[in-house]
Amino acid sequence: MSEMSHGHEPLPGLAHHFDSYDQQRESATLGMWAFIVQEVMFFGGLFVTYMVYRREYAAAFAAGSHHLDVKLGAFNTAVLIASSLTMALAVRGAQLGKKKTLIGFLIATILLGSVFLGVKTVEYSHKWHEHHVPGPHFVFESTGVHGEAIDPHNARIFFSLYFAMTGLHALHMVVGIGILLWLIWQASRNRFTPNNYNYVEGTGLYWHFVDIVWIFLFPLLYLIGRH
Amino acid sequence: MSAEATSPRINYLNADYGVRSWLFTKDHKRIALLYLGTITVFFALGGLMAALIRLELATPAGDLLQPDTYNRVFTMHGVLMVFMFLIPGIPAVLGNFLIPIMIGAKDLAFPKINLASWYIFTIGGLFILWSLLNGGVDTGWTFYTPYSTSFSNTHVVATGLGVFITGFSSILTGLNFIVTIHRMRAPGLTWFRLPLFVWAHYATSLIQVLGTPVIAITVLMLALERLFHLGIFDPAYGGDPVLFQHLFWFYSHPAVYIMVLPAMGVASEIFAAFARKRIFGYRFVAFSSLAIAVLGFLVWAHHLFVAGISVYAATVFSVLSMLVAVPSAIKVFNWTATLYEGSISWETPMLYGLGFIGLFTIGGLTGVMLATLGIDVQVHDTYFVVAHFHYVMVGGTIMGYLGGLHYWWPKISGKLYPVFWSKLSALIIFIGFNLTFFPQFLLGYMGMPRRYHSYPPEWQVLNVLSSAGASILAVGYLMPLVYFAWSMRYGKPAPANPWGAVGLEWETPSPPPTENFAEIPVVVGEAYDYTQRNYRFPLRDHHEVAHV
Amino acid sequence: MSGHVSPVRTYVLIFLALLVGTALTVWAAFQNLGPLNNVVMLTIAVVKASLVVMYFMHVRYSSRLSTMTVLTGIFFLLILFSLTLADYATRGWDFTAGR
Repeated sequence: MSEMSHGHEPLPGLAHHFDSYDQQRESATLGMWAFIVQEVMFFGGLFVTYMVYRREYAAAFAAGSHHLDVKLGAFNTAVLIASSLTMALAVRGAQLGKKKTLIGFLIATILLGSVFLGVKTVEYSHKWHEHHVPGPHFVFESTGVHGEAIDPHNARIFFSLYFAMTGLHALHMVVGIGILLWLIWQASRNRFTPNNYNYVEGTGLYWHFVDIVWIFLFPLLYLIGRH
Repeated sequence: MSAEATSPRINYLNADYGVRSWLFTKDHKRIALLYLGTITVFFALGGLMAALIRLELATPAGDLLQPDTYNRVFTMHGVLMVFMFLIPGIPAVLGNFLIPIMIGAKDLAFPKINLASWYIFTIGGLFILWSLLNGGVDTGWTFYTPYSTSFSNTHVVATGLGVFITGFSSILTGLNFIVTIHRMRAPGLTWFRLPLFVWAHYATSLIQVLGTPVIAITVLMLALERLFHLGIFDPAYGGDPVLFQHLFWFYSHPAVYIMVLPAMGVASEIFAAFARKRIFGYRFVAFSSLAIAVLGFLVWAHHLFVAGISVYAATVFSVLSMLVAVPSAIKVFNWTATLYEGSISWETPMLYGLGFIGLFTIGGLTGVMLATLGIDVQVHDTYFVVAHFHYVMVGGTIMGYLGGLHYWWPKISGKLYPVFWSKLSALIIFIGFNLTFFPQFLLGYMGMPRRYHSYPPEWQVLNVLSSAGASILAVGYLMPLVYFAWSMRYGKPAPANPWGAVGLEWETPSPPPTENFAEIPVVVGEAYDYTQRNYRFPLRDHHEVAHV
Repeated sequence: MSGHVSPVRTYVLIFLALLVGTALTVWAAFQNLGPLNNVVMLTIAVVKASLVVMYFMHVRYSSRLSTMTVLTGIFFLLILFSLTLADYATRGWDFTAGR
């Protein structure tokens, strides 16, 4: 490696295998989008399972859905949307090189995300006490929304999907919060500049994706047969 | 081309020493070799399973292994070969090594993620290894429910976890390749000047990113079902076992194109080099790669023809499955046209390339037979299917993998391997392969079911032929292991371009320096141009001219 | 060089639109629209998701490649949904001719 044709000093925050900040940024963005595409397909498997069984056991799904708290679900939806706003504003802060703005909005995002997870914990505990968690203690004795008999086995499938989908979503939120904490730490060490804030942008994309998943989960799980 | 100095030179192999310099490397070339090591180990384990299968099947009675043991053996054979060898195979070893060099880049877009991919692969492999050492799994590599979820007493969750984890290795590799190919091509290297090896890996990477997550979530659901009895795949709860099959094959069918597309990419490189000709119908071959990737996602339910799906769906999938053969056939026609009136030389890589084209065609045609609904109903779950997929995966992918290894070994190692032994092993492999698997078409057509360890005595002759072939095949596979290792120590040093081929990888020394090129090339013309030189190295060319 | 910087106003407006969409979804769920309930619900969700993608995720101001990536993901997701459901939806059909 004695004969390098570059004459200049390496630019700060530019990896050696990239030629410019632009190339690095565009690569990071495309990479993050490719990752999100695979996340879409990952959740997709659960969504298609949901669709198959909702079609098959419409009454049981409606009955199960009625045991979810619409108010808490709607509140959580609003909280998550707000956290997307704060995340977008955090990214904007990084774009403009405003470290305090960036860190402030990252903290706000973490707080909102934590509220979301707190509410989910409350909801899960409700389900646990009502014996709606699939497993050896599962019991479902309600009738359908029109008074019809419901096979508890089918309702079990609804709750299995409820926990699998919201659980996987919550797991993604936990990981997201972890990454946000790391971002705050890095930001405090002046790691991000308007030339290189790719990790912030990438985390933003991830966080918004997780928000989009919930945008679909909320009506699909909480609002079945409510009329 | 300038003559290469034979004095000691810094390259990626000797730039740094010690275990840490390998385990913490970010160099795509070293990572490719890390993969080569681990993949070879898993291939050997999978081969061991195959040996047990063929030993058992040499006699009609189930006299070597208990039925349960046999189930575990063929399951682990499948799991090891599919997930730990064929899927990572060419992309992880040859793709990782060559793609940055072929596009004139210093490394992949995300070198640390590349290293992480290898670690993730190895960790997933350790789960599967643990399972193997603790009795393996007996569900078939397809893990069908409800047996896998409600009845099997083997380590389904551990193995599933291994598959889940290695899946992410595959996703990250695909992601890395996609970004690299989009964003890091050298100046002048437009899409239609790329080597077809790169096109093939781009298409493969699309499949890896889009398909693998679906098997990941499916395996996760499998584990949750098994652990918490969710009911989603259990008929007793209203669950549908066929839904598992839909989800499983949504990935696993495109997965076979992850296995074969890179081999097709290797074939294109080999044919251009050893016919000394540009690939006929370059754009057709390039677009066919993409077409195979896309169409490959539309055919999965042909694995479910007899599982209980609707006849209407089956008909649609049957037609779509025939459609997916078209771009593959287009490639075979174009390769043949490339060879026609080419200046053919019979080097070892070319032997593998020719073997590939013939065997892949047989495998592909029998695939069209299987796509035909009426035929499949008869031969589903027989040895006809087993023969078909071994023709494409072994006759196709492994020939491509070995051909690629033999073609690029001088570049990778800086050494030449012995020609006689390499040609002999190619021949042995070809003979051994056909002897192993052709009889299986006949057996399957006559009705011998797969996954059985005993069979009626009238089928013994064909089974013995198959087992004999397997032992010959094994010898053929061991030989490269020996002479490649031999070459590392005793092989003649390789020049930058031992084959006189055209491509950016041949413009840099063998082995390359860590940064791949001393200066980034500029590309001014199409790939495989044997009439004129289409690469410019401004500083180097100026330097040479000035010193003439 | 950084990417496009949206004004704060844009983000706040999108946020408010998303809140309105959520309220609308909840309200519509409690009205009896027959089979349209599902259509309305999904439409609102798709609109909300699109707003997040276009504005919060900057796709509106990004390269065509980003847009193609998003569309590709959606395309294959729809393949997964439609071809799988096509099986379930047609299982009950009577294939026998002439009866």
